[in-house]
Amino acid sequence: MGRNRHLNQKKGGNLAQVQHVVLILSGKGGVGKSTLTTELALALRHSGKKVGILDVDLCGPSIPRMLSVGKPEVHQCDLGWVPVYTDAQKSLALMSIGFLLEDPDEAVVWRGPKKTALIGQFVSDVAWGELDVLLVDTPPGTSDEHLAVLENLKKQHKVDGAILITTPQAVSTGDVRREITFCKKTGLRILGIVENMSGFVCPHCSVSTPICMDTHTPSVLVANRSPVSFRLASCALFRWTQSSV
Amino acid sequence: MADIPSDAPQHCPGTASEQAGKTSACQGCPNQNLCSSGATKAPDPAIEEIAEKMLTVKHKILVLSGKGGVGKSTFSAHLAHALASDATKEVALLDVDICGPSIPRIMGLEGEQVAGLSLCLSPRYVEDNLAVMSIGFLLSSPDDAVIWRGPKKNGMIKQFLRDVDWGELDYLIVDTPPGTSDEHLSIVQYLSSARIDGAVIITTPQEVSLQDVRKEIRFCQKVQLPIIGVVENMSGFVCPKCKNTSQIFPPTTGGAERMCEEMNLTLLGRVPLDPRIGKSCDEGKSFLTEVPDSPAAAAYHSIVQSIQAYCLSHVPREESAG
Repeated sequence: MGRNRHLNQKKGGNLAQVQHVVLILSGKGGVGKSTLTTELALALRHSGKKVGILDVDLCGPSIPRMLSVGKPEVHQCDLGWVPVYTDAQKSLALMSIGFLLEDPDEAVVWRGPKKTALIGQFVSDVAWGELDVLLVDTPPGTSDEHLAVLENLKKQHKVDGAILITTPQAVSTGDVRREITFCKKTGLRILGIVENMSGFVCPHCSVSTPICMDTHTPSVLVANRSPVSFRLASCALFRWTQSSV
Repeated sequence: MADIPSDAPQHCPGTASEQAGKTSACQGCPNQNLCSSGATKAPDPAIEEIAEKMLTVKHKILVLSGKGGVGKSTFSAHLAHALASDATKEVALLDVDICGPSIPRIMGLEGEQVAGLSLCLSPRYVEDNLAVMSIGFLLSSPDDAVIWRGPKKNGMIKQFLRDVDWGELDYLIVDTPPGTSDEHLSIVQYLSSARIDGAVIITTPQEVSLQDVRKEIRFCQKVQLPIIGVVENMSGFVCPKCKNTSQIFPPTTGGAERMCEEMNLTLLGRVPLDPRIGKSCDEGKSFLTEVPDSPAAAAYHSIVQSIQAYCLSHVPREESAG
């Protein structure tokens, strides 16, 4: 694969035919990054786009389960790893460490350098082909995985930017503010912020109740002048999708 | 920090890493030959130093989850509050989530800087008998991002265990980030000569959480860390209007109960989702004090009692004989 990678990079690399690359980030865990990545990918596909998802959460890969692809084998071709397609039309391509584990309950107990190395391979050695959008789902934090994916993407491709996910409470927005700092320090453009879990609609009486009593998201927006904010409870996501890509 | 020499290149894997001296980043480093010879992989002397320090800590509990956002920090904080409600007990809470330290806010200590020399860090006190340490106290602003690779995070954790002036403690609770990576390996490694009572694993009911939590349980088994039990958080939501219970995170694969049966673990309890928990955390107050009559508070108290019983019943023979 080493010689093919060298040839590939001369021609522009495996990302040469990928039009847009968008990272999904949050400093906080459990706010819905993977869920939003999945829903965004499906919405984009529904609107006729060819989409890829790169899942760089090596310790907790959720994308395979969310898209119900089971445990397919990952094949290799001249250009590298063939992504897993969710359909015969190849409109949604996936790559995740979840596909490479023998046992789905196996823990990936790796220190930073090993994670960095695999993420480098995921960025350069997956034969994505033609894609309108590649979404990159990330774990929470601002560490090895985030630095590795950004550094490797920048070598091959202009990164369009990042979508940041938060939930309303201050404990989440506190971590997201740190993620905003990360984006500024690394020169990563913030495309917008999504406030997830804004409310819960009771299936018994249809009343929407906030899961968190107060929202701290506006303070994040004011402090950082982010251009877009959507509350998923109001289903504004689709409008963003159709106008921006 | 000893793991990364001062003259190391940018992507140094750390002198104690298996890749020490062997990665592409090591080319040209003055320490390359020493690292690749294996000499740097001798046991870290800090392990014995930390064991010595931990002699005055009776019980050490890790709070883990493979999944993010399930309530580890919330649980850790309230476990600490509950244990410290007994004024005769000395309790400390150590936050090793280096990138996303939530504990300062949840404990009402956001914005407080740690006093003391770098060789003798003093924790912050919520109560006379409840001490807290987090990297959050070392940041000049709560918005500062800690953009560190693994080896640097490991060094910080070593400092927290070796250099913080913990004093005599009945309980040391360690809150961790999600995953099974540097922070988790380091905390287990550095405490390897100091007995850890066990880990409390936090999950939510849905399979997307459980699949990550099973990995965490496998991690515990791999490193021979005893598991005290599992807590299922956000287990049901009571609508404040009609009082019916709904599942925001449906246990489509049997929830924590089935996972515990399959993996022969103790289900310590289920905590329902009460929006007032999040509000208390945001305000830095103890939910157990703010809303003591909530079913969630009752669930917490029951779980804490089970954890205390476990710790007291699993004291090694040499300690119980003294």
